[in-house]
Amino acid sequence: MTTTLDPDLADQIGLPGTFAATACTNCGVCTAVCPAGLDLLPRRLMHLVLLGAADRLRAETETIYSCLLCGLCEEQCPAGVRITDTMRALRHYCNRTTFGL
Amino acid sequence: MPLPIGDVIGILSDNLRLRGSVLPIPPKKATRWARGLGLPRGGATVLYTGQMYQLIPYIELAVRAMERVESTPLAALAPLGRRVNRLLNLTPLALRPLARTRAPYDRVLGDIAHLLRQAGVGFGYLYDDDLYSGALAYDLGLDEVVARHAHRVVEAFRRNGVSKIITVDPHTTTMLRTVYPTLVDGFDLRVRSYLEVLAERLPPADAPLGQRLALHDSCVLARAEGVVEQPRALLAQAGVTVCEPAATGRLTWCCGGPVEALYPARARATAARRVEQLRAVAPAGVTMCPLCLVNLRKAAADELPLRDISQVLREAHTIPTTPTLTTATKKAD
Repeated sequence: MTTTLDPDLADQIGLPGTFAATACTNCGVCTAVCPAGLDLLPRRLMHLVLLGAADRLRAETETIYSCLLCGLCEEQCPAGVRITDTMRALRHYCNRTTFGL
Repeated sequence: MPLPIGDVIGILSDNLRLRGSVLPIPPKKATRWARGLGLPRGGATVLYTGQMYQLIPYIELAVRAMERVESTPLAALAPLGRRVNRLLNLTPLALRPLARTRAPYDRVLGDIAHLLRQAGVGFGYLYDDDLYSGALAYDLGLDEVVARHAHRVVEAFRRNGVSKIITVDPHTTTMLRTVYPTLVDGFDLRVRSYLEVLAERLPPADAPLGQRLALHDSCVLARAEGVVEQPRALLAQAGVTVCEPAATGRLTWCCGGPVEALYPARARATAARRVEQLRAVAPAGVTMCPLCLVNLRKAAADELPLRDISQVLREAHTIPTTPTLTTATKKAD
C-alpha cells in the first residue's frame, strides 16, 4: 500500500480536550491488559495518527470498532492517556471519512 | 462477506435521528413494566430507565439475525436494508420478541421500583417521555446525532418538572451524569444510580439469603462512575457472601457486550473468559448491567446461574409495598 502522509491528521481527528495521542509513551501496558486482544493496539493506532498515515488508519476499522471501550487500559495507563475518548474520536473520524455518516 | 459495519452503524444512526432510539420499540412495550405500579407521571424525582432493560430482547434478536447473515452473501443486502429503514421503521417488523422473553427484563424494573419504595424514596416515571439516552450511538462515535438527541431528552425532563434522576443501568447513568453535561449547556439535573440511592437508605433485609455469589462489576459503573462499594454493601446486607473474581472492582473485566452489535464472535470470546473467572470463585453470579447479564448468560449457558443484582436484593426484601406509599415518602437527595 502506498501511504500518503497528512500532517494535519491529528488535528482533523481531535475533539477538543479529548484526543491525547501525543501523551502515549509506547510503554505497552494497554497491550498487556486488553481483554479484547485487539489486533492492533491503541498505541499503534496513535502512532499512525501522529505519522499522519490516514489511509493506513482507515484500513484498521475492525480494530477501531472492536475496542470494548471498557477502559481497563486507561485505568492502568501510566501516562494518563484518555484511551477510550481517543478510540471514540477515531470512530467519529471513520464515520465521517469512511462511511459518510 | 463480513457485515458492512458502515451500514449497520448507519441504520442505528438513522433510527436515533429519525425515531429517537437506535432500535425504536413501541412505547407501549417500553412502558409495560410500570403497569399497575401506580407511579405518578413526572415530578421532581423520576426513575429513568433510558429503555436499556426493555431493549435487551430486541438487541438479542438483532444480534442473532446478524450472526446468521455474517459471512454469507446476504450481508451484501445491508445497504438496501438501510435505505428501506429510512422510509419504514423495520425494528417492530423484523424484531418481535416473545412476551416471555421480555418479561424478565420488565421484572427487573419492577423490582427496582419495589426496592426504592422499601427505602422510602418517592419518585415518578415519565412513561412515553422516558426516552432512550443514546448510549450505544455515543460509543460508536455518532457525536452529532447524539448531541441533538441529548437536547430532546433533557427537554423531556424539563417539560415534566424533573430535577433529580434515578437511573437503573450503568450506560444510562454515565450518559446522563458524565456525557450530557458536555453536550447540553446549563445541564443541572442531579443524576444517581439506584444502587447509590439504595446503599444510603435501604433498610435491613427481612429475608437474608445466605448465598455465595461471584460479583461482576460493570466496567462503566466501576471505572467511569466510581460505583464499587455500594453493590457490595447492599449484597452483604441481603445476606450474600460476595466472592471477588480475579479481576474486580475498578479493574473489572469486560463482558464483551459493547461490541456485540458489530462483532458477535469477539463478544462471545470475551464473555467466555469472564465466565471462567466468575466460576472459579462461586457457584453463581450477580451482575448490575443488562448488557453484562445477557452476554455472560449466553457464555455461561447452564454452567453458571446469573442474576441481576435487583433480583437478588428483591428476594431479600419481601415486605409488600403499595402504590400509595410513594405519596407519603421522602424525596431522593
